[in-house]
Amino acid sequence: MNIDYPNDALKIELDEKSKSLRKLCVETLESGKRAHLGSAMSILEILSVSYYEFLNISPKNFTDLYRDRFILSKGHGCLALYVILADLGFFDKSHLKKFCHPDSILGGHPEYKKINGVEASTGALGHGLPIGIGMAISSKINKINNNILVLLGDGEQNEGSIWESALSASKHQLDNLVVLIDYNKIQSYGFVKEVLNLEPLSNKWESFGFNVLEINGHDKKQIIDALNSTKNRNKKPNAIICHTIKGKGFKFAENNPNWHHKSNLSEEEINLLYEAIR
Amino acid sequence: MRKACLNSIYKQAKKNNKIIFIGSDLGPGVLDDFKTDFPDRFFMEGVSEQFIIGMSAGLAFDGFLPYVNTISTFLTRRCLEQIIVDLCMHNLPVKLIGNGGGLVYAPLGPTHQAVDDIALMRSIPNMSIISPCDAHEMEALIEKSVNWPHPLYVRIAKGGDKIISDKIQTFEIGKSITYKESNKAVILSTGIMTQKALEIITDLSNEDIDVGLTHLHTVTPLDYKKIDELIKNVEHIFTLEEHFIVNGFGTSILEYCNNNFQEYTNKIYRFALPFDFPDQYGNQETLINHMGLNNEKIKKEIKQKIGKA
Repeated sequence: MNIDYPNDALKIELDEKSKSLRKLCVETLESGKRAHLGSAMSILEILSVSYYEFLNISPKNFTDLYRDRFILSKGHGCLALYVILADLGFFDKSHLKKFCHPDSILGGHPEYKKINGVEASTGALGHGLPIGIGMAISSKINKINNNILVLLGDGEQNEGSIWESALSASKHQLDNLVVLIDYNKIQSYGFVKEVLNLEPLSNKWESFGFNVLEINGHDKKQIIDALNSTKNRNKKPNAIICHTIKGKGFKFAENNPNWHHKSNLSEEEINLLYEAIR
Repeated sequence: MRKACLNSIYKQAKKNNKIIFIGSDLGPGVLDDFKTDFPDRFFMEGVSEQFIIGMSAGLAFDGFLPYVNTISTFLTRRCLEQIIVDLCMHNLPVKLIGNGGGLVYAPLGPTHQAVDDIALMRSIPNMSIISPCDAHEMEALIEKSVNWPHPLYVRIAKGGDKIISDKIQTFEIGKSITYKESNKAVILSTGIMTQKALEIITDLSNEDIDVGLTHLHTVTPLDYKKIDELIKNVEHIFTLEEHFIVNGFGTSILEYCNNNFQEYTNKIYRFALPFDFPDQYGNQETLINHMGLNNEKIKKEIKQKIGKA
């Protein structure tokens, strides 16, 4: 089943929390003068709902075996993860001011053990889902009914390891696994449909044995409803295709492949970012 | 050696409920007992090696001790990034059991011949490498591997059913075994090449030529203490391995000595496979000989080097 998500449906007004997290992102980006801004802005609501409303993870239990897991397989979207982990108190917000500095704990991709709350070092694509499946199998062996969330990029699904993983998740009936897909339709070189078309994406995941939902990835109500629906364990792993806008919240960056990654950001560009979220 | 390795993993799994076995698409009936006794800890995941490495990392994050088994080249070549990122960057205690280390799969051609596996694995921080000389040593080292807290690559070689380590009492990862001492010349060997080295030093001894033998089942980390002792006190050091001459066991010893005992580096001479894809089939022994590691040739070169030719 394919649901057509014209951009109009995704032009949902952002709430105050989403805006304040974006402001924190810009402050972070200002200190590093670089970031995958577009890739982080498309996932901010997905991460926000996951961490604030769904996951059982906190600065107090982030090493507890019984906690939920969130793996940012598309590690380049880490700006969104950093501001949320900081906002929740996994580390002091002052670290955001040192993003990508030589002695910072926060680099251009998230690293395990440097940052509390980061479950695995990611950055090379196609690694987070296999690791998440290992954790989901671990929970099954240990008879722990927790939730294992893995967030993939759309371009990331070019990797063969994703589809190896999908076969196995289905074989092991990992209904505790939720694959979130940030379908912003743009990868590094350009539009996904031109670089390596994924369609029919929903059918692909369904044919691999997943429960599949398609939602507006900026609509918090749709996100939490979709996540809650995965608690109806039915022996099938879950895929939630989140239609999103790359660069969401910054008009000049929205759906603009040039904002996938930016380095050496000028003062003028940073001012533009601040103005956009005023 | 492969059977001893897998049986040893099964034996350890009976004692430790954290041990997990993950195979790719191994032969029918492999570890059936394991599968029957511990079905929730036995996985056969198909020809999806890259996924399997990540899966093993996920299990290890939660405290399990995965043993991942398939053909060496499919682990070390195909999954190099997964091994680096998923296992070694996180320094997880996952054991990679590589079938066919060296030229075991001679008749199957270069896609299956693991003559670069040590080079690939020793280039990764946190990775350890063991290369036992026979089934007895393999079994003992698998027992030791259970508590080894880092990623570990286990090189399985066939090399017939010969057992040379049965009189050895103690096996420790990282600790070498000296079969014969000599101040004149010593062969440092790893894997089943130690069987060959034993034949060579016996033949030379019969000619009244005194050559010692130290076996290093652990390629990484090297037994630095032993190497320090030998490089200082022995006139000639020979290394012997069933691997490309580049970046392997001998290279690691040469590099270490070059960094620490530069004045002695010219004592070292390396016997290894030429740096080219093998161009013949046959069997392990014929291909090893074809590629220049035959006993007569090695003996002749040793004699020339130590002035006994």
